[in-house]
Amino acid sequence: MDCVVTGSNVKVLAKAVHSLSRLGDELYLEPQENGLALRTVNSSRSAYACFLFSPLFFQKYCFPQNSVLRCKIVAKSVQAVFKSLSSLEKTVEKCRIELNSEKSRLTFTLHCKHGLLKTHNLSFQDSESLQAVFDKDSCTNVLTAQPKLLVDTVLHFPPSLEEVTMSVNNERVLFRNHVEEDTELSKAMMTELCLSAVEFDQFTVDTQTEITFCLKELRGLLVFAESSSLPVSVYFDEPGRPVVFSLTDSVLEVNFVLATLSEEFHPHNCSNSNTNRLPAPPAPDDFMNDDMDSYIIAMETSEVAGDSSCPLPPQDPLIPQQSKSNEEQHKFRVESESEDEDEQQEEEQETVEENGRPPNKKFRSLFFGSVLPSSSQMSNKTVRSQKILASDSEDETALDSP
Amino acid sequence: MRFRAKIVDFGCLNNFTRIVNTISKLTKSCTLQLTVDNLYFMLSDKVASGGVSMWCELSQGSFFDEFQLEGMAPNANEIYLELIPENLLRALKTTQNAKSLKIKLTKKHCPCLTVAADLPSLSSNSRVVTHDIPVGVIPRKLWQDFKEPSVPDFDVSIYLPPLKTMKNVIDRMKNLSNFLVLEANKNGEMNLRIETELVSVSTHFKDLGNPPWVSTDGDGSKEGSQERTKMAQVHVDIKKLQQFLASQQVNPSKAICSIASDRTVHFILLHEDVSLQYFIPAVG
Repeated sequence: MDCVVTGSNVKVLAKAVHSLSRLGDELYLEPQENGLALRTVNSSRSAYACFLFSPLFFQKYCFPQNSVLRCKIVAKSVQAVFKSLSSLEKTVEKCRIELNSEKSRLTFTLHCKHGLLKTHNLSFQDSESLQAVFDKDSCTNVLTAQPKLLVDTVLHFPPSLEEVTMSVNNERVLFRNHVEEDTELSKAMMTELCLSAVEFDQFTVDTQTEITFCLKELRGLLVFAESSSLPVSVYFDEPGRPVVFSLTDSVLEVNFVLATLSEEFHPHNCSNSNTNRLPAPPAPDDFMNDDMDSYIIAMETSEVAGDSSCPLPPQDPLIPQQSKSNEEQHKFRVESESEDEDEQQEEEQETVEENGRPPNKKFRSLFFGSVLPSSSQMSNKTVRSQKILASDSEDETALDSP
Repeated sequence: MRFRAKIVDFGCLNNFTRIVNTISKLTKSCTLQLTVDNLYFMLSDKVASGGVSMWCELSQGSFFDEFQLEGMAPNANEIYLELIPENLLRALKTTQNAKSLKIKLTKKHCPCLTVAADLPSLSSNSRVVTHDIPVGVIPRKLWQDFKEPSVPDFDVSIYLPPLKTMKNVIDRMKNLSNFLVLEANKNGEMNLRIETELVSVSTHFKDLGNPPWVSTDGDGSKEGSQERTKMAQVHVDIKKLQQFLASQQVNPSKAICSIASDRTVHFILLHEDVSLQYFIPAVG
């Protein structure tokens, strides 16, 4: 493979690399007939991202016609090539990417001003093709927005927030922070942002639904989207099915596929706001509605004044148990094709290993589609001791996966 | 018990945000007292446990366009809330360009101070963001704990130099010592001093001026020059002083420091509509 990127496209490529490195530790590079694909998947395999640069993106694009080349590189080392975006813009005129399979070298050559050449030789591993299977065209809900709208939206949520819940109906989209069931609600600040349908360029909602996905990965995409000012399209269905954020341009296609929490893991506070929730009609004068006195009464009569002001989160008595049928629904898997048997076995071993440990966040794993209920979900009248059991086992996995 | 307030003016919103920013830099958690006329942010760590105290008073009229309050009881028309100012700050910071902002007490999953902002949007419809900030409602029997801290008898009161200058000095001193000696006299002189085994550093300020009330207590007018130049001093934790100086967002119109020798140092910053008092206890 040999390709050359020039001018402002170098910066686009650099931003793409930065965006990918926010998500995954390894970058999968694959020259294809329809362009150069850069992909990554996050460590819990709940998020996958792919940038496909069409041949027209490059000044020169040669890819091996007869052999298949796929390689896996440490994301950090590629990021290092494009370290400073600002100086890159000023100094780099041309970037050449060569993949030499005989020497097992991936070479980035930056042609800078004044004839300066910077060459980065990176080693890589052969790898299977990383390809998430998703079908965004079959999604019933599609929203398209200018990146600014989404950037302004996520701005309202704290950087530490892991997941955000998006619920849609025909008129509006509501974003709010997703709260883990075990968080103390009296400590958690809840944020809700309502966007009306007219703020979107396209707003197709066939089924009212509510999905929860990772915010960090979305932020990674938005950084890229904002710099390229390309509209972002969001494709999604029901909870548990992946949500796809996508940008398209004549020479570029970007897809971020994020796992969503499946329905049974939605916390109790969603049950009343589930699919049919209408925007709360703003009362003309809600001063009289917000009466706090009942709290005070509770407090004054209770012996433990401190505790009653922070009621425990109500337990949903009917958290459905994990059903087998879930496994049939998984449309979203990553195909891995390996050229040699050994690798395949290795891959399988990896599979087992991956499968053996619960995904961090009870997300449906993109690869294996398994949802592992923690013991706290199994019993509803969970006493605290049981919750501790569950969190212990999670701690172990946290140690396993850095 | 009900509370609702509204800000529409950009400048007011900005000022209010700055105050909350200051408070959030001073303390993780504080008490917010709402009365018909004023808002008070307060912190009263027990001085015995080495803590600091803060008392910040805002007159609601200079910030809010609407301010409705129905207190705990007709004869106690007040509300006391336990609040994490950082949360309020975050809600205010992301809504700086709001067309209007409402703050109200609501009953959600727990008692909340809800900040609802009407943001400019791409369409004619408004874009509304709401932040529900959990608060604790403090029962009436505990209200007595939240009285304005009494100001002890001070030996010396003095106007402070520009806080930024003081901050720069103290930021350097902090690298050398954990404790600082703050001393001042009735002749407008103030020293910031650190002493360690290796080094002594002292910064002198002069002609700062003393607030007029000092001379009115007791024998003030007859003070001899010896009395005027006698330094009152206090040892304080340099980090606490630094935190106080770092939290300041704007230069106050008046900043006064009062020293009760070896007991406490009291700062009062006066802005147009806000006053902030801060007590740092002396260390042994």
